[in-house]
Amino acid sequence: MGACRLCLVEVAGIPKLLPACTTKVREGMEVQTNSERLRKYRRMTLELLFAERNHVCAVCVANGHCELQTLAYSQGMDHVRYDYRFPKWEVDDTHPLFGMDHNRCILCSRCVRVCWHIEGAGTKNVSGRGAKARIISDLNQPWGTSDTCTKCGKCVMSCPTGALFNKGSTVGEMERDRGKLEFIVTAREKKQWIAE
Amino acid sequence: MAQRIVIDPVTRIEGHAKISIFIDDAGNVSDAEFHVVEFRGFEKFCEGRPFSEMPGITPRICGICPVSHLLTAAKAGDAIMAVNIPPAADKLRRLMNLGQMIQSHALSFFHLSAPDFLLGWDTPQAKRNVFGLIASNADLARAGIRLRQFGQEVIQILGGQKIHPAWAVPGGVRSALTEEGRDRIRAWLPEAYATTKIAFDLFKKVLETHKKEVEIFGNFPSLFMGLVDADGGWEHHGGKLRFTDSSGSIIADQLDPQKYYEYIGESVQASSYLKSPYYSPLGFPDGMYRVGPLARLNVAEQMGTPKADAELKKFKKLTRGRNAVTSSFHYHYARLIEILTSIERVEAYLDDPDMLSEDLRADAGINSLRGVGVSEAPRGTLFHDYTVDRDGLLKKVNLIVATGQNNLAMNQTVAQIARHYVRGDKIPEPMLNRVEHGIRCYDPCLSCSTHAVGQMPLHVQLIGPGGTVLHEVARG
Repeated sequence: MGACRLCLVEVAGIPKLLPACTTKVREGMEVQTNSERLRKYRRMTLELLFAERNHVCAVCVANGHCELQTLAYSQGMDHVRYDYRFPKWEVDDTHPLFGMDHNRCILCSRCVRVCWHIEGAGTKNVSGRGAKARIISDLNQPWGTSDTCTKCGKCVMSCPTGALFNKGSTVGEMERDRGKLEFIVTAREKKQWIAE
Repeated sequence: MAQRIVIDPVTRIEGHAKISIFIDDAGNVSDAEFHVVEFRGFEKFCEGRPFSEMPGITPRICGICPVSHLLTAAKAGDAIMAVNIPPAADKLRRLMNLGQMIQSHALSFFHLSAPDFLLGWDTPQAKRNVFGLIASNADLARAGIRLRQFGQEVIQILGGQKIHPAWAVPGGVRSALTEEGRDRIRAWLPEAYATTKIAFDLFKKVLETHKKEVEIFGNFPSLFMGLVDADGGWEHHGGKLRFTDSSGSIIADQLDPQKYYEYIGESVQASSYLKSPYYSPLGFPDGMYRVGPLARLNVAEQMGTPKADAELKKFKKLTRGRNAVTSSFHYHYARLIEILTSIERVEAYLDDPDMLSEDLRADAGINSLRGVGVSEAPRGTLFHDYTVDRDGLLKKVNLIVATGQNNLAMNQTVAQIARHYVRGDKIPEPMLNRVEHGIRCYDPCLSCSTHAVGQMPLHVQLIGPGGTVLHEVARG
């Protein structure tokens, strides 16, 4: 991906910062993951993420369990220096079990990847470009009308913010256990399905 | 020459406001208006959100009574899901609402209003506040602050935080009382009773020395509205609505709160962001009614707890044969009786095994496209009316809050006080202090009523018949 730039690292000998997620590891590579320069850019990137859509932690279903919020705390983001864009995004609450609030989406596309590569349903995708990019279901239709969605909930479990949620959730109720996703992927390999 | 007096800003209330007093050609007060000059637009920006988020969003209207919005939003959600919530959840919500009554009433009485009638009207404004009260009677101020703390702790023990707990949800509540929490609440009770007794003794002395204030601080006929139980007793989080008039006659009883729009109209005035609800069978403005402690005690036949019932009997004697207490100065008295019944009810709930129940939340989809939640907030009856689409996203939100319902009564109160003090084209200082207190009797919360925010200064204008401002006083 390399889109969000939150995983920027310093590599010795290369003046520009590189996103760790798209940089291949080489023998003898010297990598700095935490420096004043990196913290400065991470804070800036976080501020841009907060300014881009409508992230209102106090009333969010993921409050207290949100990766974006946790990162902001850990990086010392105490102000947003950019003008909020206040875009008008809708909530898709057409699905019988889950809801999608585009206001809280940071376009990390984890939901897309988990849907295609782990569940194999291929329901979720990204449409549009730049600030207009958004997560869609099937042929850009209400999620509840999707023929491919298996209602497995892996997308909800993978979402780092409150963008995907169990329907009916109220403030701070969306606690996710990402260990379950890892278990699905690695349990066979680790023979975790076999009782000792 | 006719004039207009404007008091702007009004202090020691929750929000921003301005008062205009209109003077006719003869130099007499013809009318008064209490303007709320803030605007927030909660009803509009909630549109499009899932209804299940409303107990999280609407408490943000106000930091004083977030619990009232929390519980009423959850109730409106119950109505959209068309569920009966588990009995334990209903009792737990009631327990939190009682904590809210205690903390808010203690704030109104001790922090906001007591400085006026304990330190004296003509004490300089800089000293006539809670700090002045601390300087002159530290024990009393401390007791009042701690009584508020007790109410706040009930809220915190249940909801995890004192302000904006996201604890009540459509269908019930998230968690029960713990045994440890129950014991903490119980430990507070003796002190809470003792402070309430001090407040009663004090206020009874105040009544003897403030006979004139009782006569002119909003003493006029009006309707009164509040929730009552099936026996016509005091109710705060259930029951049906009752209207009585100033002769004490019941003019409508056991009205279904879900259908409030069949008997309550809302008038909009150009001069204020506050809507003015009225009892629609009598039209506007004849359908003016008051809500809040005074109204609840006027419509209730009994409080339902022994100590408060004994006080209610004394309170009802203030009617002097009219069967309704019509002076808004007695809002203070009514608040104390409500604190007392709330403490008694909290005590009774502590021994209820349901308080520790695990059966707390009903689950359901969208079964009704419109849901109304009604509850008694400290300042009066609160309505949340949500219309949703089939997916549960809000299409329309209507909030009717206590201060709005008291709007017309506050205008009359200001006019009545001004008539006693304004002569000619100047604003006399004693009037300013008393007009402010007239408003304070209602403990208005302008953040809630306009769903607005801000600190509370006072601005008064004296306005002549031609609309010219003759005298203007502002302080903040």
